Amino acid sequence: MPAPIRIVLNGAPRELPGPLTFTQLIDELSLAGRRVAVERNGEIVPRSRFGDARLAEGDRIEVVIAVGGG
Amino acid sequence: MNAPEKVAAEDALVVAGREYRSRLLVGTGKYRDFDETRRAIEASGAQIVTVAIRRTNIGQNAGEPSLLEVLPPSRFTILPNTAGCYTAQDAVRTLRLARELLDGHALVKLEVLGDPQSLYPNMPETLAAAKTLVAEGFQVMAYCNDDPILAQQLEETGCVAVMPLASLIGSGMGILNPWNLQIIIDRAKVPVLVDAGIGTASDAAIAMELGCDGVLMNTAIAKARDPVRMARAMKAAVEAGRDAFLAGRMAKKPYEASASSPATGLIQKS
Repeated sequence: MPAPIRIVLNGAPRELPGPLTFTQLIDELSLAGRRVAVERNGEIVPRSRFGDARLAEGDRIEVVIAVGGG
Repeated sequence: MNAPEKVAAEDALVVAGREYRSRLLVGTGKYRDFDETRRAIEASGAQIVTVAIRRTNIGQNAGEPSLLEVLPPSRFTILPNTAGCYTAQDAVRTLRLARELLDGHALVKLEVLGDPQSLYPNMPETLAAAKTLVAEGFQVMAYCNDDPILAQQLEETGCVAVMPLASLIGSGMGILNPWNLQIIIDRAKVPVLVDAGIGTASDAAIAMELGCDGVLMNTAIAKARDPVRMARAMKAAVEAGRDAFLAGRMAKKPYEASASSPATGLIQKS
């Protein structure tokens, strides 16, 4: 069993079961199939890298969507 | 094709090399629900719609429809904005996320605000953000104040459109300084769109009569008593204003009446 890691997700602390890939994170958040964009520590994580890039302890993650606005 | 459509097709709004029939751009905020959003936007005839980029509510939106399902990018040009950003850095980050969200889409609305009361643009930060974004390949439509020099600087930075305010965002105060807008319109080589401050249909018509290339609005439609009907009114106003601009208004003749009916052939006692 990998050790749990702690990240900051959309500004709130969150514990994950281990160094998940971004695909696994999206699944964990019930966001699979939804149009989202992800930033890690201020850098975009392209969707093409979701399968192999892994989260690391202390990562600051932003997951955003499009909402109504002017 | 009937005549009015033909006129519209010939008089396209061109932004970043792409042609649009509609010169009305609309925001998608402040509606009661997605159904009202969709119906109002359909009625407006808008082809470019603005959206905001926000954090997902983790664990709270599974199964809910999303805005981009209601307004699919296959049918609309989605214009992500940076509303709520107060620094160039936040605006650039937001639009990089937007580009990723929209599969590499480059056309964006930049707005960097100065303070939360006035929502007046912070122009030094707007210019700094525009410079970075243009260098990264974004096509930037920039919300700005109605200063002709700053509008020109945005254009020189490489913005594809400048979007001066008519009055404060969401105020519905209409066009407070048509003279400044006129100077911006006369000088600009990129499209000038009035963004912010439109309250009712006549405001949109006046903007277009001044020679604006388009009008962007949100609250005037969303906060009307009947948003769908107001969307229809705005569509008509933008088209009427554009036609009036192209037709060229008659000269104003103060203190000089001119009868429309013949002055001769009157029945009268002689």
